[in-house]
Amino acid sequence: MTINTGSISDQSRPAGQPVLEINHLKVTFATDGGDVYAVKDVSLDVRSGEVLAIVGESGSGKTVTAKTILGLLPETATSGGAVLINGNNVISVSASKLRQIRGRDVAMVFQEPSTALNPVFTVGWQIAEGIRAHATGSGGRRVSAKDAKARAIEALRKVGIPDPEHRVNYYPHQFSGGQKQRVVIAAALALNPGLIVADEPTTALDVTVQAEILELLRDLRDKYGTSIVLITHNMGVVADLADRVVVMYQGDVVEEAPARVLFAEPKQDYTKKLLAAVPHLGRNSASEGLLERAHQGSPVLVEATNLTIEYPGRLGTPAFKAVDGVSFTVSEGEVFGLVGESGSGKTTIGRAIAGLNRTTGGSLKVLGYEMLNLKERTFKPLRKDIGFVFQDPAASFNPQLTIGDCVAEPMIIHTNPSPAQARKRVGELLESVQLPASYADRYPHELSGGQRQRASLARALILNPRLLIADEPTSALDVSVQAKVLELFKEIQAEFGFAALFISHDLAVVDILSQWVGVLYKGKLVEQGIGSQIMGAPQHEYTKRLIASLPVPDPDEQARRREAHRALLAG
Amino acid sequence: MSVLPANEPLANPRAPFYRRLPVVSHFNKSVGLQRGMLVAGLVLTGLFLLTALLAPLLAPFGFSQLADADGNFPTQEAPGGKHLLGTTVGGYDVLSRVIWGAQAALFVIVVAVLMSIVIGVILGLVSGYIGGWLDRILVVIADAVYAFPSLLVAIVMAIVISGGQSSLIGGIFAAGTAITLVFIPQYFRVIRAETVRLKAEPFVESAKVVGASNIRIMSRHIYRNATRTLPLIFTLNASEAILTLAALGFLGFGIEPSSAAEWGYDLNKALADTTSGIWWTGLFPGVAMVLTVVGLTLVGESINDLNDPRLRGRKAAGTAGGPDSSAAAQAAISADVRGF
Repeated sequence: MTINTGSISDQSRPAGQPVLEINHLKVTFATDGGDVYAVKDVSLDVRSGEVLAIVGESGSGKTVTAKTILGLLPETATSGGAVLINGNNVISVSASKLRQIRGRDVAMVFQEPSTALNPVFTVGWQIAEGIRAHATGSGGRRVSAKDAKARAIEALRKVGIPDPEHRVNYYPHQFSGGQKQRVVIAAALALNPGLIVADEPTTALDVTVQAEILELLRDLRDKYGTSIVLITHNMGVVADLADRVVVMYQGDVVEEAPARVLFAEPKQDYTKKLLAAVPHLGRNSASEGLLERAHQGSPVLVEATNLTIEYPGRLGTPAFKAVDGVSFTVSEGEVFGLVGESGSGKTTIGRAIAGLNRTTGGSLKVLGYEMLNLKERTFKPLRKDIGFVFQDPAASFNPQLTIGDCVAEPMIIHTNPSPAQARKRVGELLESVQLPASYADRYPHELSGGQRQRASLARALILNPRLLIADEPTSALDVSVQAKVLELFKEIQAEFGFAALFISHDLAVVDILSQWVGVLYKGKLVEQGIGSQIMGAPQHEYTKRLIASLPVPDPDEQARRREAHRALLAG
Repeated sequence: MSVLPANEPLANPRAPFYRRLPVVSHFNKSVGLQRGMLVAGLVLTGLFLLTALLAPLLAPFGFSQLADADGNFPTQEAPGGKHLLGTTVGGYDVLSRVIWGAQAALFVIVVAVLMSIVIGVILGLVSGYIGGWLDRILVVIADAVYAFPSLLVAIVMAIVISGGQSSLIGGIFAAGTAITLVFIPQYFRVIRAETVRLKAEPFVESAKVVGASNIRIMSRHIYRNATRTLPLIFTLNASEAILTLAALGFLGFGIEPSSAAEWGYDLNKALADTTSGIWWTGLFPGVAMVLTVVGLTLVGESINDLNDPRLRGRKAAGTAGGPDSSAAAQAAISADVRGF
């Protein structure tokens, strides 16, 4: 098939010449609380055929920097300095010129593929839209619909969508999450831009899918010489893909170095702390040296036998089995880690134990109470023995109540204390999660994410529960904060001695906390065992793939793992 | 990283109490044209409220006064002299009628909006939270009320409730109840939708997990989060209440002139005057009505815009102060980071 790519195909630049140059970029936002300096003074450049990773925690200004490259800042922002793409300063060019630059010279890949695609148009139409807006066909005319479609098919083929001639007419909902992200990348590639800005391109995806997308991005660089600006907070992704790394912190560039150098010998204190905080699979395992399951002499708190949980389907469709015949036990004092990708049913199990979801088959005994045909009135007395920590600390506090009121809530409901008693107990609990007792008078939005998650832990522990369910408690937090919260969790668990069901998609995090790990896949518990054994020598096919897909924050080790992963997929 | 507008507290709970009040907090965060609109609305609304409350002091005559010590008032007299805005065909003083009319309008607003808020909020909370068949029935009833032309419902209610009575209290309550019935579905819908949304929020689930009862969840966790849009509907409904009351009066289902002054009734009586060039009997009640409605609508629309961070105007960044002006904020962030 011959594709007329017009004047765009000859965009080969001499290697090493910068495609993008950012000089002294400053971005300021007007907010209710006064001006916020999101980016203070950032200078960097991206050379042809290079993957530059910008890493940093939330609020470091990395996404704002990325959006500036495409001129996507909201009206409330004012920017200074220069962002040069092929000699054009994006900050000062006119709107029509900017529209020419977008798509042709630089394209963007967004974080969430399901919202970046318009659900009412076919993917082919969406890719062709960019082509028809920019490219000129033979003789300077506009590209015909037919040509545009042919080029869309070609772009889909490039990103590895099987049967592109056929699937170009599909709608976004007919693709899986990873394929949708491929389509987004295809749309970005349609005009062969020299530069792609990828803002957290794999954050919304599961690890196994993430590995595929990273593979695709690496191919683009190698085959087509595309430069990529990769915005991410995930050090494993950086180690896997980046050639050079820029570390940002509070709007400034802290350190810039080739990836290998940065991971091997970070110079700045902040970078060292950041790298030390990243959980590394196989290090710091909670089950290190364990040969058999601990706490088996203690009473069993949670016992699931052939547990099945179904969500009713729509009229005429069968019910959806979220959890399918799962059996496991959690004994007193034990930390059980439940790992799985999205849709594996891990959250459903956690919610069922807390009585938020109903079970539909098998048996689930929580503290001796059979959850099948749960009656809220008879289960309520047991609730004081169950603590729950939610994923998003920002949403799990009532914004209208103070932290003190929120933390005291379980106590007020179950033991009816005097205000002075409640206050004293809240103070004690906040101290034990390492928050000042004076924080009881603050409102949730006045605390940072990590502080809120500590308060959330305090609320779960105020009645000294025997069982704690933690549903992805650290996935909304930055790595450095996550490390502290995990450490705190570990200390507190040792101190209070409660049993815990720790639910997470992150193998490394689960391994740090739990001695016994169960792996869920499509509602089935495919493997369970001692944490270090599962991570070190997985038995089930899926577990092997899951562990091989997880990028580790070390470029050399990751390169070896990548080879092993390829071999595993091929073999 | 984007914060949902709905999760943003209406005002900073740290601020002193008076600065957190709905309109005051909105005033503080408004800027430019939006502030101008809000101020214009507040001035008009304030004028209306003052007139209504001080009517006994401001009005030269009573609302149903037809004569004073000098004898009967002349009818249809042009503005000037003793009767600043002239007199009507029935011999009422137009200025007095307009001023007393503000009072009647205020009473009706208070009665109608208060009743519909209380009933609408309770029904909305229960219906949204409990769900099931109760929810379906209430939603169908609310939709059925919506389907009727609101004025028709108001007329029917006025007939049913007052049954021809025309006392001040009776008339106001008749009009108020008629309007209440039309407005309940609005409050019901808004609160129900918010409740359904909040029901799935993790903080409500966390209350469920700790064993809070349904009543406690509704009153402590959902109620205060669901009612934050009410000031907006309140102001918009208040202006609608005035129009509905005026329409009832205009059609002859309102309050009798001997019980209270009412703008719609006066407009009706002024209908015949217009052809004979008597403009003052219709113009002044009409202007009073327009100004009040414009004032309330401006306040409501401004609050609507200011509640939405995307619609809210701000001073351009970098106009006031330099990097130092936010030094405190930056310091707070770094202190926060050091905490970990």
